[in-house]
Amino acid sequence: MPEKSKQPSLFSASVKAEIDKWIKRYPADQKRSAVIPALHVVQRSNGGWLTTESMDAVADYLEMPRIAVYEVGTFYSMFVHEPTGRHKINVCTNVSCMLCGSDEIVSHLQKRLGIKLGETTPDNKFTLREVECLAACGGAPMMQVNRDYHEDLTPEKIDEILDGFE
Amino acid sequence: MVTIEIDGQKLEAESGAMLIEVADKAGIHIPRFCYHDKLSIAANCRMCLVDVEKAPKPLPACATPVMDGMTIHTKSAKALAAQRGTMEFLLINHPLDCPICDQGGECELQDTAMGYGSSTSDYADVKRVVKDKNLGALINTDMTRCIHCTRCVRFGQEIAGIMELGTTGRGEHMEIGTYIEESVDSELSGNVIDLCPVGALTSKPFRYTSRPWELTSSETIAPHDCLGSNIVIHSRFHEIKRALPRDNEDINECWISDRDRFSYEGLNNDRLLQPMIKERGEWKEVDWETALTKVAQDLNKIKDEHGANNIGALLSPSSTLEESFLLQKLMRGLGSSNVDHRLRQQDFSADDIAPVYPNLGLRISDLENLNAALLIGSNIRKEQPIAGHRLRKASLSGANISFVNGIDYEFSFDVAETIVVAPSRYTSQLAGIAKALIDSGASAPDGIANLVASVSVNDAHRAIAQQLSGGDNSAVILGTQALHHLDYAAINALATAIAKMTNSSVGSLTDGANSSGAWLAGAVPHRVVDGAAASRSGLDAQKMLANHLKAYVLLGIEPEFDVANAAQAINGLSTADLTVMLTPYVTDAMRAYADVLLPVGPFSETSGTFVNVEGCWQSFTGTIPSPGEARPAWKVLRVLGNLCEVDGFDYTSSEEVRDEVARMSSDDADLAGGWRCPTELKANANEVRDSIQAVSDVPLYAVDATVRRASALQNTVDAKTTQSVGMNTQCAEKHGLSNAEQVRLSVSGTEISLPLQINDRVPDDCVYVPAAVPATVMFDFSQQAVQIQR
Repeated sequence: MPEKSKQPSLFSASVKAEIDKWIKRYPADQKRSAVIPALHVVQRSNGGWLTTESMDAVADYLEMPRIAVYEVGTFYSMFVHEPTGRHKINVCTNVSCMLCGSDEIVSHLQKRLGIKLGETTPDNKFTLREVECLAACGGAPMMQVNRDYHEDLTPEKIDEILDGFE
Repeated sequence: MVTIEIDGQKLEAESGAMLIEVADKAGIHIPRFCYHDKLSIAANCRMCLVDVEKAPKPLPACATPVMDGMTIHTKSAKALAAQRGTMEFLLINHPLDCPICDQGGECELQDTAMGYGSSTSDYADVKRVVKDKNLGALINTDMTRCIHCTRCVRFGQEIAGIMELGTTGRGEHMEIGTYIEESVDSELSGNVIDLCPVGALTSKPFRYTSRPWELTSSETIAPHDCLGSNIVIHSRFHEIKRALPRDNEDINECWISDRDRFSYEGLNNDRLLQPMIKERGEWKEVDWETALTKVAQDLNKIKDEHGANNIGALLSPSSTLEESFLLQKLMRGLGSSNVDHRLRQQDFSADDIAPVYPNLGLRISDLENLNAALLIGSNIRKEQPIAGHRLRKASLSGANISFVNGIDYEFSFDVAETIVVAPSRYTSQLAGIAKALIDSGASAPDGIANLVASVSVNDAHRAIAQQLSGGDNSAVILGTQALHHLDYAAINALATAIAKMTNSSVGSLTDGANSSGAWLAGAVPHRVVDGAAASRSGLDAQKMLANHLKAYVLLGIEPEFDVANAAQAINGLSTADLTVMLTPYVTDAMRAYADVLLPVGPFSETSGTFVNVEGCWQSFTGTIPSPGEARPAWKVLRVLGNLCEVDGFDYTSSEEVRDEVARMSSDDADLAGGWRCPTELKANANEVRDSIQAVSDVPLYAVDATVRRASALQNTVDAKTTQSVGMNTQCAEKHGLSNAEQVRLSVSGTEISLPLQINDRVPDDCVYVPAAVPATVMFDFSQQAVQIQR
């Protein structure tokens, strides 16, 4: 007989309030529908990445099996499972972007930041990640920095965008 | 109904049915991996693509509903090409390690590739490799072989009721697993081994021990719970290699519990191979004739000198019908009615009004059709996992399942109301429910209204009362902890009263595999075959052990684990002039108190019959011959009967014994029994106010001698978490034990020391003490009040 343990919630009051706002949008018995926004909220409050404990907390809060949260959390490339820099650069290398020159975009990003795909700059400012299609093929090649999309990229445009970050 | 045509065959089908179901029923084979008729439809493997006329592309038969006039070709060029293409994709990442794969020879992927694949592949790149997961003691993984059919994931979600496996990652990085290092702990987990169509999930204990084509298979009945799940045992060179489920829609469907699947490992340990007698304290191996002659002589001598009443027999509730019948016949032939299989029962005061045999009160398959149920003292999920699964199905379709329990057990389904109380408060809770019913206008059986008049009713009582009376298909079920309760008669009477008032069925989930059969066979002190009153009533199990008889005959039990008060039992057995044990196993403890040890075969080595809790007789034959000199117990008892010169022991087969019992049994046995109003509600809650009450259960992997010896089961989380005593946070604080690692429990003069686990599932003023585990062997489970200290 496994013991019953009471786990104190990992969430701060503001995180809880924000998740509750999402839960309210769904029928009361379908709390789990809020899992994606809840993971976003938790990820943001945790410096841009998700720990296993924070996914567990989401699972317990939404009353769903923990593995079901891991499934969602590992499926979407928007969720990160290791510490990241202050700004996340997600560059698309899927078909449309590749045909429109994402190879050049990636190599420029790597050269300018001095890191490879999947790495973080030593000053912890940027993390560069390769992602699948972000549904902006009309503006290929594209990348996402934090929550903003940047389309029709050229090396010059990238320099301009990155210069704007502290 | 719609009419469709598959491969030129006109078929009538239920509208809305899926193509694959209709084809399966008609015996037309369509290859598949993800489809399983007990699981939801995933349609993710694409192996069942078929050619449907007027559809531009091949359609998956598992997810295509039939429509009137549909014409389907399962073997047209288009269908075959689609299947061949799917097969090629599925094999892209599948390793070619069939020669070292346990699934080889019974692999759906292997078979389907032979039948529907092509002999070469266009794929020339690197295959992916997936790290294996450690899922615990029972399931072995080779995740590179996984084809992502997700049957195991859906099984967890839909059947086991706890989602432990999932699909993490995406695309080429998708994996089946637990994500974090964690074992799969469901009591039904082994079924994923059968479900897995490839060699990704295989049996850990069976691994690398045999090839499927080398195995001899025999059909038999699982011996560890009162359901009698149908199983098949595979053996090689007279050694049992594994157990698998056998389909029986009325009992276990296509599933079995992990206990039934992995217990076979225990059949080979500690075996007694030769009859042995103790002479002047020294054990001596002897032949059967010497041993049985000694037993017969000693029994007759004790009978002559002290009277037959000084001989008693105790048998396991998992003994077969034939063994039970012969043992009681031997005892009664000798002139003693001291025979009992109810080793843990405490309260025998309702024996005279008991039904012919204890029963569930409804069919096992009807558990899933209930719309309300009240279970008393039951951890059905762990104690009878297959019944738990049926109840889960009822719960999923909206039934209100409620419990009155001594532990806040975790169930795999939503529970409507749970009343968790100390054992002494069971009766007052049931009285509360009865009172709630009376308050809402139900007419109570005579005497109940007076009995419960001063009981206080709370919301939970009212809710349960309303659920039971609201449903037109409701049941009240007593679990083993109610059957073992000090106040069983009152609990049973109140449960029956509640059932009568709500028009519910009433029944129980009994110990062992054959409690019902033991009653039917007359292996109780007050009744003979088919419930007829014994001409002279004998002593019940507890009295036999307490009264220090001169001779004991024990069949298939380990007293130190299997009776309520082991210290008392061992004392009784040691001081007796003769203790004869018919046992498959031998331990140092047995050598200390026994005088004669007779090796008999467990269920796998004898023919016999188990009568399950719905009264279904299931006979089986022996799977393998016994090792050494061990013999089927029915044969040993037959010879013993003859040597004791008891009449009517001329059987030549176990079937003859069974048929004799069957001839004596009536078809319309009284399965309800009588009813008597309890004279009072024992308020013994007051008596034990200053001490703590023990609340106990028999953990699922401790129920019998075979299971206790099954090594893989003993390494599961379920087995490991039941080696300590439990107390809730407040209670531990109150008694100054919050940070105690080890505590001492004392009751009736014996003291045991055990690790303490803070566990908020235990009610206030109680301590959970698991029974039948090595650490609590000498604990007296027949007492409620215990002392506890650091």
